[in-house]
Amino acid sequence: MEHLVYPTKGLSEQAFEKSEVLFETWHVKAEYAWDTGVAMGKYLDELKNGRLIGRRCFKCKRVMIPPRMFCEQCFRPTDEWVYVQDTGTVKTFSLCYVRWDMVRLKEPEIPAVIDIDGASKGMGILHKLGEVDPQAVKIGMRVQAVWKPPAERTGSITDIAYFKPI
Amino acid sequence: MGLRRVAVVGAGMTKFVRRSLETGRELAWEAVSKALESCEMTLDQIDCVVIGSAPDAFDGVHMKGEWLSTGAGAWGKPCMRGFVGGGTGVFSPAQGWYHIASGLFDTCLVVCEERMSPTQPHPQAAFNTIFDNFTERALGPNLLWIFALEMNAYMTRYGLSKADVAQVAVKNKRNAADHPASQLGDANITLQDILDSEVLAWPVQRLDVSPVTDGAVAIVMAADSVARRVTPKPVWIEGIGWNLDTAYWTNRDLSYPTYVEEAARMAYRMAGITEPRKQIHIAEPYDPFDYKELHHLEGLLLFDKGKAPEATALGITQRNGDLPVCPSGGLLGVGNPIAAAALMKIAELFWQLRGEAGKRQVPGDPRRGVAQAWGDLMQVGTVVVMGK
Amino acid sequence: MGLLHTLERSTEARVYYGTMGVYHRYTAGVAGEKFLRALKDEGKLFGTKCPRCGYVYVPARLYCERDAAHLDDATWVPVGPEGELVSFTAVYTDLDGHRLETPQWVGLVRLDGASSVTMHYLGEVQPEALRVGMRVRVVLKPANERVGSIKDIAYFKPI
Repeated sequence: MEHLVYPTKGLSEQAFEKSEVLFETWHVKAEYAWDTGVAMGKYLDELKNGRLIGRRCFKCKRVMIPPRMFCEQCFRPTDEWVYVQDTGTVKTFSLCYVRWDMVRLKEPEIPAVIDIDGASKGMGILHKLGEVDPQAVKIGMRVQAVWKPPAERTGSITDIAYFKPI
Repeated sequence: MGLRRVAVVGAGMTKFVRRSLETGRELAWEAVSKALESCEMTLDQIDCVVIGSAPDAFDGVHMKGEWLSTGAGAWGKPCMRGFVGGGTGVFSPAQGWYHIASGLFDTCLVVCEERMSPTQPHPQAAFNTIFDNFTERALGPNLLWIFALEMNAYMTRYGLSKADVAQVAVKNKRNAADHPASQLGDANITLQDILDSEVLAWPVQRLDVSPVTDGAVAIVMAADSVARRVTPKPVWIEGIGWNLDTAYWTNRDLSYPTYVEEAARMAYRMAGITEPRKQIHIAEPYDPFDYKELHHLEGLLLFDKGKAPEATALGITQRNGDLPVCPSGGLLGVGNPIAAAALMKIAELFWQLRGEAGKRQVPGDPRRGVAQAWGDLMQVGTVVVMGK
Repeated sequence: MGLLHTLERSTEARVYYGTMGVYHRYTAGVAGEKFLRALKDEGKLFGTKCPRCGYVYVPARLYCERDAAHLDDATWVPVGPEGELVSFTAVYTDLDGHRLETPQWVGLVRLDGASSVTMHYLGEVQPEALRVGMRVRVVLKPANERVGSIKDIAYFKPI
């Protein structure tokens, strides 16, 4: 089937650097202002208060974090707010040496999915680990949120600076 | 089921390159022209067009389906775009299938195209918006996080080493050396090369990851009676399936792709497959990372949970093994132009089942293959079973 | 079914801001590269004429969208420099919705020899004299200002 592969023209990065190929650069002006909605509004407000909050569905009995106003499994509105702990268990983690734009980092960031105590089993949230030797991190490790001082909190997931081993 | 039988009768593709001179529309046309040439059909014999393409943010255009339609042969025709991220390349033939099986159309041209190269500073950056805007983006995440987190969960659950996983990258990159369109085929690559490569987000290393790619693939599908007039060797769509898991990805069990199993069961039921491991002769699971091939083979019920690495080590998934997996070279070897990547796998099954895969040809007389893709926030599974 | 929740006070409404940190670098394509280089280096406009259906695409294209024919080098034909004004408009707001002091005139032009229509600015315009169907002529930037962009054409002017 070789004849069914079109001889597409590949370019090198140098071709652009040396302007051997014509090109246009375009910056899309996309800025967003999102209404947080009810669930996220409450979640972010409570983060500013130094607390994590979830939501319970009476039908499947799950306590969900992040909270949501409808249960995606039962497809009905969820029923009540439930405060959960700010401690949890590392479900999985990585040691990341590159940034979102692939710029290299000297010290790795440690993203982790953390199962939160008080929420249903397997209800993890994404966050980062800190105050820990990267080589010492293990799945199953118990961790605790480290909160920013109240004056520095803005109502964002980063009001928790990171989770550290208990 | 009372529906018409549908076959793939032709296929064509572009080379998969790191950055093409061609615009996306030109890439689409290149693939279309080769697909039409392969079965000696003309555009006016095509009744409808299905376009598959992943986020518009890669090509950097608005309403990518409509934009691409001119190069995809859709001028003046009924045309529909499907989009399920990386799952698109296997979902598009499913769409083509129901366009024809419904009786509404006799022939369908399915075109998948992606250019990652326009995205600056790096295509990775376009994935930033895959993370939840309220609960995740402020953490400065990198798409690699999701893969690394999933890979670690899978490896830890089954006590796997990097070598257990990296052997997939070796197999696929070596297989890809025989694919005329491949970007990263390397007949001489070794396990040590993979293990020595730069750590990006442990446990993910550079050579565990498929490359950033531009490319397009097109296939021609036809109803039973038409298919037999067009080619003496139609390859039939025997089963299709697709399934979506929750977008709350941190609430999922990351060590097993339930959505792939659900999609596979749907496709196998339709194809009358009760013992996949015996009844399927070639598998082309989605392999953007080496561990994903293993993950997906288990989701496809071809190996028990945690057992795919062992099967790989035993050589079962080599081209001359008992169940060849990714004889094409997969995304790891041929390249990963998101939506087009999985349609490349469909085209591979088409050529393999017709005995036209050249140096990549799986020996014996393979009669049935399964292609699978995965995408969106890693929660869609799409599966197609093809047979002759 | 009505709204499940309403806010008691507008101060309860929360806004969260974000943006997309990507930009794009576009190539002109196989045909586009050749078209723009001819414009830049020679000050000439070209289309491609389909050998099957006769349609002439401007800017030049690699393929015919009507029959998937390959429009190779042999199908390149010169077009313009004059043409017919197919439609026009005056634009009074910019991309952010702010009012422009003087309107931007934009037109659709079918260059002589072309089947397709090209959009560009109109310049040296006497608004009351503009008419659909009138003849226009391309005005190029001087050679040393041309970079290989569609804006190497400064505008079309009525003649």
